[in-house]
Amino acid sequence: MNQPLTPDPALINPALIRGMTQRRLGRRDALRLSGLSAFAMALAACGVKGTGTTTPSAPAPDAVAKFWAGKTSNGKVDFANWPLYMDPKQPELKKFTAATGVKVNYQEVIQEMGPWFAKVQPQLAAGQSIGYDLMVITNGIQFKQFVDSGFLAPLDHSKLPNYVANADKSYANSAYDKGNVYSIPWTSGITGIAYDPKKVSRPITKLADLWDPAFKGKVGMYSDTQELGNFGLMALGIDPAKSTPDDWRRAAAKLKEQKSAGMVRNYYDQSYVDALGKGEVWITQAWSGDIFQKNVSDGTDFKFVIPEEGGTIWTDNFAIPITAQNPLDAIKLMDFFYEVENAATLAEYINYVCPVPAAQEQIKKDAAKLSGDDKASMEAIAASPLVFPAASDYAKLHYYTDFATAAEQQEYQSIFEPIVLA
Amino acid sequence: MSRTRRVLAPYLLILPGGLWLLLFFVVPMVTMLSLSLQQGDVVSGYVFTGHWQTYVDAFGNYRTQMVRSLIYGAITTIVLIVLAFPVAYWIAFYGGRRKPTYLFLLLLPFFVSFVLRTISWRQILTDEGMLLGPLKDIGLLPDGFHILGTPTAVIGGLVYNFLPFMVLPVYVALERIDPRVVEAARDLYADPATAFRKVIFPLALPGVFAGVLMTFVPASSDYVNSAVLGSSSTTMIGQVIQSQYLVSSNYPTASALSFTLMGVLLAGVFLYARMLGTEDVMKVAAR
Repeated sequence: MNQPLTPDPALINPALIRGMTQRRLGRRDALRLSGLSAFAMALAACGVKGTGTTTPSAPAPDAVAKFWAGKTSNGKVDFANWPLYMDPKQPELKKFTAATGVKVNYQEVIQEMGPWFAKVQPQLAAGQSIGYDLMVITNGIQFKQFVDSGFLAPLDHSKLPNYVANADKSYANSAYDKGNVYSIPWTSGITGIAYDPKKVSRPITKLADLWDPAFKGKVGMYSDTQELGNFGLMALGIDPAKSTPDDWRRAAAKLKEQKSAGMVRNYYDQSYVDALGKGEVWITQAWSGDIFQKNVSDGTDFKFVIPEEGGTIWTDNFAIPITAQNPLDAIKLMDFFYEVENAATLAEYINYVCPVPAAQEQIKKDAAKLSGDDKASMEAIAASPLVFPAASDYAKLHYYTDFATAAEQQEYQSIFEPIVLA
Repeated sequence: MSRTRRVLAPYLLILPGGLWLLLFFVVPMVTMLSLSLQQGDVVSGYVFTGHWQTYVDAFGNYRTQMVRSLIYGAITTIVLIVLAFPVAYWIAFYGGRRKPTYLFLLLLPFFVSFVLRTISWRQILTDEGMLLGPLKDIGLLPDGFHILGTPTAVIGGLVYNFLPFMVLPVYVALERIDPRVVEAARDLYADPATAFRKVIFPLALPGVFAGVLMTFVPASSDYVNSAVLGSSSTTMIGQVIQSQYLVSSNYPTASALSFTLMGVLLAGVFLYARMLGTEDVMKVAAR
């Protein structure tokens, strides 16, 4: 074979020579390598720290004493609540400030539980203040997440004398916070159906009306997966509190059928009130007191009904975030709303279920001082099943699904979420 | 000494920008990539497990919204080209001394937050609002007619919000055309239409290309317009990501969707750049 030992230099790829004569591991390679390994390490290091356990556990016996030790009053409290939950003139808060000297910064920042939890979770997990000392949160998925994450301050009941004396005792037996360890009710409410009688020619009585083709494209539903899921379940005659994953799937199918038939205009948070007011929807899932307040403040004539198949009852609760700067002032304000008079004026305005039974008598007394239409409407409030439900009313109401495990709750979310988002 | 300095100089020059990129681009990207491969829940925390299945599940569940977003983005971009070209053409060739004024007017809406402007469209277009209310009253429109909550409303909002981003690059491209080139075309017996087709339009293409990049990508991933003007049947992928992050605290799914969207958009843009060439775009951009 006549192969030359050294090939003609002109035939050799210059890059090859460079590659053979120069350092093998160039600066670029080194950078690339170190970059890669740093990248891999960074990927693994980016875990999101959890703060809790998924299995609920009772707080340590000394948790209350530990949290409240050394706390002093600072003369102010930042209070996060939902819209339509207080007279815009805030008479109760003014009274509280006059009586105690504690200034209240009242903000209507909560529109839906999911976004609220997602918004404050990172700060709470990092042990930072969320800017609020007091918040009103609904029992349900996120309430459990708040508790399980250890985000709520355990309440010192010795600082809540009015609550102890005046609260409806049944609340201490609630499934979501037995013994009111972390929360006491702000108010309860009922999820039912609201409609505009000017647009809807016949009285609405049942859940099936939300599936009636006559209202195609004019139906509003909640974007909260629990509120939405509950109506799907009840429309099938299933009690949400006793429902199983199979029931959820059937309910989701029922709700998808409603959506794909073009019935649903949109899935709303608190903005459903606005949509009803603007005529975007004629008939919608609704929270009992909102419609009453809308009618009072805007002179509308919307109707609220608890459907024949049933409505749901939920409780919005006062809770103190664990990182609160002014917890002592916050708990003072909580207790203030359990004075019978204050509970009465609040219920008179917001028309939600009052957690203080004695307020009914107080409202009747308040009514006696008035005359004419004002008197009649005040008496109606005292007699309203939406403010002071009787045992027979409760029989029509269902409680939320209670999730045993986080996995179960995730399954529920993944079943109903696509309806809202798709 | 001076040699070391000369060697170091470029690195020192790149340092501020490099650090900026590292801090505000690389770090979030790595964090997000890591998040997308984690498992767990928000209470007990998310742990890195390299779980790729999230991508498959997320894409499977939200394919509809992904495709819908790309379609909305594409329609928006096409409408924008049709609307913006005449505007840019007119300002560039007939604007005269008032060109700066017209450009300022074009940008004037930007002095109001775009969320606010979008919400005001909501007020205007609402079912019984100032526009539709009277039309329904005189019987021109049926009672159930509505614009809000339809794809038309969402695409309309996108077009409205992104219009300047298409007009400006097209204007820049048109403005740099030497009038003598057009005159030459006319001298060579090209009628105005032919001069436009053969001379002006090809010279403006790099501007259109840049405009497409500046509108298609943000329009496809937008979530404000659909959230404010749309309904659950117009949900775009941006909304899904937002809701996974900020409603469900499901960080892995949200991150996986973000990366998928980024990948799809990058692939689309690369393909587009390959087909139409990028050099001219760089020239326009460099001006």
